[in-house]
Amino acid sequence: MNLAAATNESLAHTSNVLIYSSMAVYTLAFFAHIAEWVLGSRSKVGRTAAALSGSAAGASAPVVVAQGGSTAVLERPKVVTRSAAGTRDVPDGPGAAGGTFKGDLWGRIAVSLTVVAFAVEAGGVITRALSVQRAPWANMYEFSITFSTVAVGSYLVLLALKKNVRWIGLPLVTTVLLDLGIAVTTLYTDSDQLVPALHSYWLWIHVSTAIICGAVFYLGAVGTVLYLFRDSYENKLAGGGTPGKFAASVMERLPSASSLDKFAYRINAAVFPLWTFTIIAGAIWAGDAWGRYWGWDPKEVWSFITWVAYAAYLHARATAGWKGRKAAYLALVAFACWLFNYYGVNIFVTGLHSYAGV
Amino acid sequence: MSKANSSTDTGARTDAAGAGTEAEREQERVDHAAGEQLSTAPREERPETESESGTGVPAMGVVGWIRWFWRQLTSMRVALILLFLLSLGAIPGSLIPQTSVDDLKVQNFKDQHTTLTPIYEKLQLFDVYSSVWFSAIYILLFVSLIGCIVPRTGQFVGQLRSRPPGAPKRLTRLPAYTTWRTEAEPEAVREAALGVLGKRRFRAHPVGDAVAAEKGYLREAGNLIFHIALIVMLVAFAAGQLFKSEGGKLVVEGDGFANTLTQYDDFKSGSLYDSDSLAPFSFVLDDFVGTYEESGPQRGTPRTFEARVKYTEGADGPERKSVIRVNEPLVVDGTKVYLIAHGYAPVVTVRDGKGKVVLRSSVPLLPIDNNITSTGAIKVMDGYRDRYGVKTQLGFKAFFVPTFAGHGKGQMFSQFPGAEFPVLALSAYRGSLGVDSGLPQNVYQLDTSKMKEFKNEDGELLKKMLRPGEKLDLADGEGSITFDGIEEWASFQISQQPGNGWALGGAIAAIAGLAGSLFIQRRRVWVRAVRGEDGVTVVEMAGLGRSESAKLPEELGDLAAALITTAPVAPEKPVAPEKPVAPEKPDAPEKPDANEAGSRPVHPADAPAEGAEK
Ligand code: HEM
Repeated sequence: MNLAAATNESLAHTSNVLIYSSMAVYTLAFFAHIAEWVLGSRSKVGRTAAALSGSAAGASAPVVVAQGGSTAVLERPKVVTRSAAGTRDVPDGPGAAGGTFKGDLWGRIAVSLTVVAFAVEAGGVITRALSVQRAPWANMYEFSITFSTVAVGSYLVLLALKKNVRWIGLPLVTTVLLDLGIAVTTLYTDSDQLVPALHSYWLWIHVSTAIICGAVFYLGAVGTVLYLFRDSYENKLAGGGTPGKFAASVMERLPSASSLDKFAYRINAAVFPLWTFTIIAGAIWAGDAWGRYWGWDPKEVWSFITWVAYAAYLHARATAGWKGRKAAYLALVAFACWLFNYYGVNIFVTGLHSYAGV
Repeated sequence: MSKANSSTDTGARTDAAGAGTEAEREQERVDHAAGEQLSTAPREERPETESESGTGVPAMGVVGWIRWFWRQLTSMRVALILLFLLSLGAIPGSLIPQTSVDDLKVQNFKDQHTTLTPIYEKLQLFDVYSSVWFSAIYILLFVSLIGCIVPRTGQFVGQLRSRPPGAPKRLTRLPAYTTWRTEAEPEAVREAALGVLGKRRFRAHPVGDAVAAEKGYLREAGNLIFHIALIVMLVAFAAGQLFKSEGGKLVVEGDGFANTLTQYDDFKSGSLYDSDSLAPFSFVLDDFVGTYEESGPQRGTPRTFEARVKYTEGADGPERKSVIRVNEPLVVDGTKVYLIAHGYAPVVTVRDGKGKVVLRSSVPLLPIDNNITSTGAIKVMDGYRDRYGVKTQLGFKAFFVPTFAGHGKGQMFSQFPGAEFPVLALSAYRGSLGVDSGLPQNVYQLDTSKMKEFKNEDGELLKKMLRPGEKLDLADGEGSITFDGIEEWASFQISQQPGNGWALGGAIAAIAGLAGSLFIQRRRVWVRAVRGEDGVTVVEMAGLGRSESAKLPEELGDLAAALITTAPVAPEKPVAPEKPVAPEKPDAPEKPDANEAGSRPVHPADAPAEGAEK
């Protein structure tokens, strides 16, 4: 018994060391990203501006050349794409590195460091789990470290799938550092076992999906915020205005507003069913634990609000007059609800979800 | 539906489109029809073509107003606003204590906020989720939902019956497009296209010089299922609330419970509940086991709670054993028995002056803190006579700690929830318990207003701390009370709520429908094959989806690659070596009108739309 306790304690200690180490590596990744952006700013990008001013030429995109070469019988024909009517035809920016070699190098370094930091952080989460011999999400500290691990993991998965998402790197790493900082300072709780109310396989199901949803919704929210910035930038350009130098330098390297918008939509739409499932799984668990599957406990209420807010966002996207910026604001409201559910409800409101001790 | 039909006709459009603007308008209509009905979402701006008087303020009487109101209610915009209101309306309920969640908290709040309380009560803020205004929001939303689903379902069935609309004139305008020239006959190409599309489970049919195909109807089906499932869930939830029953029962180890109304300590039920519907069963609590963290910073944190029971289903069914845990209710005949709380019940024996036992019982006490410091009352109603043989009642205030810190070590509060060093402190009274006064009595409290204290030698209230086995002697010849040992008690919530199965079924259908609705793309593909002026066949393919997706061009590429096996690319004409003529070709049949030339993209020979594939 004592021996086991001792190993657990040393595992918990290892976990803490790993979390702190991952913070160090994330900090390095943060600086590498900064270097990427700074070096990238020196390039003469100007592509977006050009594309916008010469938008007449841009609109004539569907130019097609039939497959040439008599021998290339089985060659795949080229498919020309074109934005739907009503959206601006603006090409994506070249990314933070701005097409410069050095910037790109630093960007790659940043991504590699992020991978390392992710691995270390994941190690921290796993050792924490081993030290308590249960799922590592029974209090806000554990929730926070798992949350940021999953957010970074999802980002890396998108990168591995060759999606154009490196632009998320800097904001993501910044907020992960923030999240971990709060976790290790104010939220820290010594590792321990669960109270009986949390002894249930639903803990694994319900809480893990909740964390995944939050982490991925977060990526969507970052995309949405950047969409709003980039959209005003494009509006300004299209309206003949000249954005500030700094804004221009940053904005023109981001993907186009419509790409960002689509990215955010896909992310949110993809996670929405999982979020629905999370709430239903929670209801089933509540049915077993508290004798009713829905009782308007504050945590339940805010999950519901978040869900309805995301549903409103999805509806807005299909409603004339609500597409675009208004829908984006709704998406941000929805994510704010999620955040409040996670931090606000635990801190300001008391309910049955009492494990949420700070 | 009428739209779908008219668009089907357009395939057979005559190409005598020389008449400028006339053709333009026709063109607009056809292009519009191509994208039309890719979903059943209601149109926000209705064209004022039909018999209706447009979207403005209705000009006619009551019927007009009703129709106008209905149309507003079932529009996407109002659904959106109602959704938003629903989430907004749910907020106060999470910040203000709710009667349905925690009655006691509401009472405390009311005591503390005397000015706010009347306002809150007016606004029903202590019962948000059953308030008039919250109900109004969700009922409107669900009326809107039904008003939305019914026509959409009809429309969808219509779409399933009709066929994808014919190809728009200018396929180049669609989000994904490709073309090539082949020596195969146009008819053969169309035939092959039908085959290729059919094999990929497109619904395809030839229309004029093109093949029109569509796929992904499941998206719409999923969407409709999702919205219908929402209604099922709401109805199940409402039924559950109306028909449910829920009661509490505290059971000491060794005692039992039978599921009849009289056995409950407290009982609540929905407004349509019928007490005959209580499931007949009974159970006996054999043993309650609670363990706690023994050391470390979280010493005292609960680790296991288990109620070991024997239960009998029906009046005389076989006896079965079961363990009820916090997350694992016992389910008997649709009724669930949950373990809610637990505590200690000291076993005491009260004797009168002659040594006759007048009470031997375990007395459940109520915990007042996490370490199960407990308080309660021991009441001897009858059977006791004092030393003069006069009948009277006895009462003891009881204070119990499962783990006592030790004499002189701070207060008399428990140090640990497990019974490691149990101590029972008693103070003794006699007189009238006030049980017959007709007022409801709290079993855990002693009303001493009509009682006299027993005194010790110093003339003070007689009280004593007892370890198990120890005895408190009342005054000379008045008898005694012995602390024999400890039992534990567990309290259970017994609830019955119909409709759970429906709610769960609805929830599963909702997720499945949602996944279909969000992950499936509904898209159309057209393949046009016509003979060009030089006798070579020009194949054009284009795709249109509900939303722009990266997958659409990819899929079109796949389809084209498949089609190219039967319609191989024709060798380059030596006439114009640097510039293939193909791009101009597609619209060649309709060549004559000069109007289009302006809007048609100019094709610089050196701009092969590189990278457009991404
Ligand atoms: C109870 C409240 C409602 C909830 C929670 C809800 C939820 C959703 C969700 C999550 C979607 C996304 C699925 C998708 O984009 O395909 C959706 C789509 C849709 N909803 Fe609702 N909905 C509700 C009420 C309504 C009402 C009242 C209407 C009718 C006015 C409606 C009409 C639609 C339509 C037409 C779509 C499809 C939009 C599209 O095709 O993109 N919904 N709904």
